[in-house]
Amino acid sequence: MTTDVIEQESHDDHHDDHKMKGIKRWLYTTNHKDIGTLYLWFAFIMLLTGGALAMVIRAELFQPGLQIVEPDFFNQLTTVHGLIMVFGAIMPAFTGFANWMIPMMIGAPDMALPRMNNWSFWILPFAFGILLSTFFMESGAPNFGWTFYAPLSTTYSNGSTAFFVFAVHIMGISSIMGAINIVVTIMNMRAPGMTYMKMPLFVWTFFITAYLLIAVMPVLAGVVTMLLTDTYFGTSFFDAAGGGDPVLFQHLFWFFGHPEVYIMILPAFGIVSTIIPAFARKKLFGYSSMVYATASIALLSFLVWAHHMFTTGMPLFGELFFMYCTMLIAVPTGVKVFNWVATMWRGSMSFETPMLFSIAFVILFTIGGFSGLMLALTPVDFQYHDTYFVVAHFHYVLVTGSLFSIYAGAYFWLPKWTGHMYNESLAKWHFWCSLISVNLLFFPMHFLGLAGMPRRIPDYALQFADFNKWVSIGGFAFGLSQLIFLAVVIKCIRGGEKAAAKPWDGAEGLEWTVASPAPYHTFSTPPKID
Amino acid sequence: MNKGDELQNLNNKDSAAITKNNQVIKKLVMIVFGMFAFGFALVPLYDVFCDITGLNGKTSTTAAAVYNVDQIDTKRIVTVQFISRTAQGIPWQFEPMVREIKVHPGEMKLVKFYAKNESTRDIIGQAVPSVSPGLAAAYFQKIECFCFTQQPLQANEEVEMALQFYVDPELPEDISTLTLSYTLYDVTGKVES
Ligand code: HEM
Ligand SMILES: [Cu+2]
Repeated sequence: MTTDVIEQESHDDHHDDHKMKGIKRWLYTTNHKDIGTLYLWFAFIMLLTGGALAMVIRAELFQPGLQIVEPDFFNQLTTVHGLIMVFGAIMPAFTGFANWMIPMMIGAPDMALPRMNNWSFWILPFAFGILLSTFFMESGAPNFGWTFYAPLSTTYSNGSTAFFVFAVHIMGISSIMGAINIVVTIMNMRAPGMTYMKMPLFVWTFFITAYLLIAVMPVLAGVVTMLLTDTYFGTSFFDAAGGGDPVLFQHLFWFFGHPEVYIMILPAFGIVSTIIPAFARKKLFGYSSMVYATASIALLSFLVWAHHMFTTGMPLFGELFFMYCTMLIAVPTGVKVFNWVATMWRGSMSFETPMLFSIAFVILFTIGGFSGLMLALTPVDFQYHDTYFVVAHFHYVLVTGSLFSIYAGAYFWLPKWTGHMYNESLAKWHFWCSLISVNLLFFPMHFLGLAGMPRRIPDYALQFADFNKWVSIGGFAFGLSQLIFLAVVIKCIRGGEKAAAKPWDGAEGLEWTVASPAPYHTFSTPPKID
Repeated sequence: MNKGDELQNLNNKDSAAITKNNQVIKKLVMIVFGMFAFGFALVPLYDVFCDITGLNGKTSTTAAAVYNVDQIDTKRIVTVQFISRTAQGIPWQFEPMVREIKVHPGEMKLVKFYAKNESTRDIIGQAVPSVSPGLAAAYFQKIECFCFTQQPLQANEEVEMALQFYVDPELPEDISTLTLSYTLYDVTGKVES
């Protein structure tokens, strides 16, 4: 009944962009494209914020000795840097892509739950506002590492634990709502004829990632809740004095933590799997094997968490079990790398910026995977654990992996988002500056780690001085290079060559069938899929 | 809420679609709450798991019920070492009075630990034991231990605390040395609150 009336009304409504003006448009919006834009800008601002913290870290580490910051403040910097990059930059950026692209790729008019979508974005700034505000409090910001191991975060907390827990709760709720929205959208709103195995791989990876989020974010919420009650309400989940166990904390944290690292890489797989075929002008090699590989990585990710805990005194059987399971993940991951290379093989390739970032992704992510394999070997991990080798590993997979894929995706879809082509030569500058500086920044860290430099320290032994100097120079250069990206994006929004509906001749997918910039409402009537 | 958007959205969602969405949402929300509960369930599960497998070096926190060993294995000698440690913030002296002792499996032994509250306030301490190698924990049987209860000490008070134990004759052959480590915590605040 009611729907009939509404149907009637909306038919009478003429179809222009029903947008509010000014700030209200953004506060009240339920439009998936607006929300996607908000997520992407938020993520970029967080990237610059977390990056600024990293610049201070690298400035302190430029020389041995303590020059700029106190050790305790240094710990606050590393902690908040990690939290912001993981929860504030990488994850929201991917949610931004999901919002913008999934409805357009499956031929849906919007996300399934537009109002919840507004909420899941708008609570995020509060979470990070709370987190960052602790810098200006007497207690200082959290200083116990992004992994917030008990008892550092409980018994020895500087008093920031409550704010930290509250912030993480909000981030968790936001991610869970975002993930529910993605799953419902993909399950229920695909255009008629788009079967699961016809979905773009991009959509598949976000679908599986959303399930991972729904499964592990509640565990994170649980573990921070226990932390809160341990710190302030006298429980003893992780307190040995009261019969608890600090090692239990690590098990619970990494039960969340390892799937979390896949939450940050599976969408990246989706993005490069979209871009490489477009610029190799060939179909993605082994589509269905890609789907199965993604799913098996997701499942296996629940069985490997204790590879972060090899040195906690696990029994031999445990060490072996987690070692083999971890190495098993390299198999589906290898399948993916193989498929990307096979897609490029004898393709008619061209090297626009999205492709450059994607190729760099394939190579550099693989380097990160190799160092991961080295860390997975229990006996050698006893040497590498908690050194710069681990720092090198996860920055290769997260910066040259996840972040590079985000840049690749941003350049790829910028014409669709803004209606203009970005400035290709400036973008190439961004790419080459980033590529060179990022390797100067992270590659020497492998050697520092192998030589025994521990992570999370404000000072180091003299023999590490030369490498650290170069690492810091790489760091500053990489930080500055990201401003080029900002310039490219702003230029592209303001103007530039008009983009065609399909500016990349090899690209495939429904998003290229609508005009550039994508109209405010797309696919109000579902497209036909054959 | 923008009127145009609202209409647009509702327009695309006839009631059948809404029901379909709600069904999926219901399932997903159930997973969310299920996993939240699962996180908490892992806490007791972890203890049970460690208990059954004897992992983690946790010894039993209650006295071994009966001394049910019918023979002492005089052919084997096991070295038992004692270590003590005070957690940050407890101003006690806390030390084993014997550092090392050789026992036959099955043989009952009594050793003493010395503790002194070196501060000027009353403090309640709690010692938490841990055995290394972890797998031996299940074979280390305590008849009596100061770690079973909390230990209040007034300012400057000192005490000798007893530990009576035996090593189970079933102890795997390859283990010839056991290290029992105690960490002493200040639980005054916890007890009072
Ligand atoms: C071939 C795949 C991978 C393997 C075998 C692997 C293995 C490992 C191992 C064994 C560690 C623990 C090192 C230690 O603390 O001693 C580790 C740490 C880490 N890995 Fe990976 N990894 C892989 C891929 C990834 C990916 C794709 C990501 C994220 C995108 C990632 C992110 C991390 C992070 C953030 C840490 C450090 C956590 C911390 O202690 O702060 N890894 N990895
Ligand atoms: Cu891991």
